[in-house]
Amino acid sequence: MYAFDFEKPKTVAEAVEALSREDAMALGGGQTLIPSLKQHLAAPSALVSLTGIAEMRGVCTGTDGALCVGGATPHAVVATEAAAKYPALAALAGNIGDPAVRNRGTIGGSLANNDPAADYPAAVLGSGATIVTNTRSIAADDFFEGLFTTALEPGEIIVEVRFPIPQRAAYAKFQQPASRFALTGVFVAKTANGVRVAVTGASENGVFRWSEAEAALSADFSAEAIEGVSVPAEGMVGDLHGTPAYRANLVKVMTQRAVRAA
Amino acid sequence: MTKVTMTVNGRAVSGEVEGRTLLSAFLREGLGLTGTHVGCDTSQCGACVVHVDGQPVKSCTVFASDVEGASVTTIEGMANPDGTLGRVQQAFQDHHGLQCGFCTPGMVMSAAALLAENPKPTEADVRHYLEGNICRCTGYHNIVKAVLAASGQDVSGLAAE
Ligand SMILES: Cc1cc2nc3c(=O)[nH]c(=O)nc-3n(C[C@H](O)[C@H](O)[C@H](O)COP(=O)(O)OP(=O)(O)OC[C@H]3O[C@@H](n4cnc5c(N)ncnc54)[C@H](O)[C@@H]3O)c2cc1C
Ligand code: FES
Ligand code: FES
Repeated sequence: MYAFDFEKPKTVAEAVEALSREDAMALGGGQTLIPSLKQHLAAPSALVSLTGIAEMRGVCTGTDGALCVGGATPHAVVATEAAAKYPALAALAGNIGDPAVRNRGTIGGSLANNDPAADYPAAVLGSGATIVTNTRSIAADDFFEGLFTTALEPGEIIVEVRFPIPQRAAYAKFQQPASRFALTGVFVAKTANGVRVAVTGASENGVFRWSEAEAALSADFSAEAIEGVSVPAEGMVGDLHGTPAYRANLVKVMTQRAVRAA
Repeated sequence: MTKVTMTVNGRAVSGEVEGRTLLSAFLREGLGLTGTHVGCDTSQCGACVVHVDGQPVKSCTVFASDVEGASVTTIEGMANPDGTLGRVQQAFQDHHGLQCGFCTPGMVMSAAALLAENPKPTEADVRHYLEGNICRCTGYHNIVKAVLAASGQDVSGLAAE
């Protein structure tokens, strides 16, 4: 690792100030960033740890009934504190990586990183959540912009994520056993305005909404309803773990499992 | 260099660190607590697991400065006060839960964290909880057996396949 200054502000305002310095970077749980620093894939002048900012940690209920998760909340905390109000989200968080990763890794870090096989992007897009930063609110539909790319501006911090609570929801993950990331994961949410289906791990462009399945499930919320629809293999990831056709099939199978579990 | 202060195995310690100094390096090189092993150094293997405020973390993937003021427990803190092996450590010895021993400090720390959360885990609970701890020797069966035995459950029916 190259040398850098380490800062641990106590408020969002102090963090924003520290991040305005040239080449300063935010540090969440470090579960992705620290390995990349070791590989010299990033060379920040300063790291600004967000984990000491009390207003960015924890789970609460907003006045509109939405579940608010602080941007620096570790996965393990979401797994327990969201369990009563949004069990599908809590179950997803409780199955990310392993216990040690869940004690450090944060929702903000996962979303900012936007790994194409990460779990949280599916929950955020599938729930139609809102990403609240230090400057604005971003709808999930406008946040994810492809592999490792998001709508965040340099120095912008995810302060909170607000999840409207669906009528029914579930996440079905086909786990890559070595990395424990999603080989394909599907988050299904049934809301008053129809069904949302978000797929992670499968597409070359990262998380996406499967609109054909959404239409079929909005008309009939059952696993059989999507028997006749499928995603094309074109544009799906092909690697040593699976071909594009295999992943395209997994998208449908995981969607059906999520519908059954919801 | 800045000064960092924390409690390690019940003792107040401090030392000079750089921003990039990892907790694993601070423990091993700064404090001489070489029981915490560094295997992969990329947050994959779990050999470096220690407890920070009671929770297991991979010390190779945490900066020392980020746990300023915290209470850290390492494998050196797992023995009984009289120096004999602690309950989880003794179970690993009794049930052959180690061969080369490289993964053992991390296994013991993760196992102890599991038992603190879930005092009577099932075999499936143990296997799930230890997913982030890799062992290249044992094939895991005896590790799982040791953890179940440490929880006070009867393991005579579990075969060492
Ligand atoms: C062994 C292992 C297994 C894993 N398995 C899974 C898995 O199964 N599923 C899964 O989804 N993930 C998995 N992960 C990734 C894990 O969830 C990470 O915690 C996550 O991707 C990054 O979160 P972090 O808080 O550690 O972020 P960091 O590593 O600290 O940061 C990542 C990036 O986000 C930026 N950032 C951090 N916080 C914020 C914020 N609040 N606002 C804006 N930018 C921010 C940083 O500047 C950096 O660019 C795994 C990781 C490991 C090491
Ligand atoms: S050395 Fe830390 S996880 Fe392998
Ligand atoms: S005993 Fe050798 S790696 Fe586990």
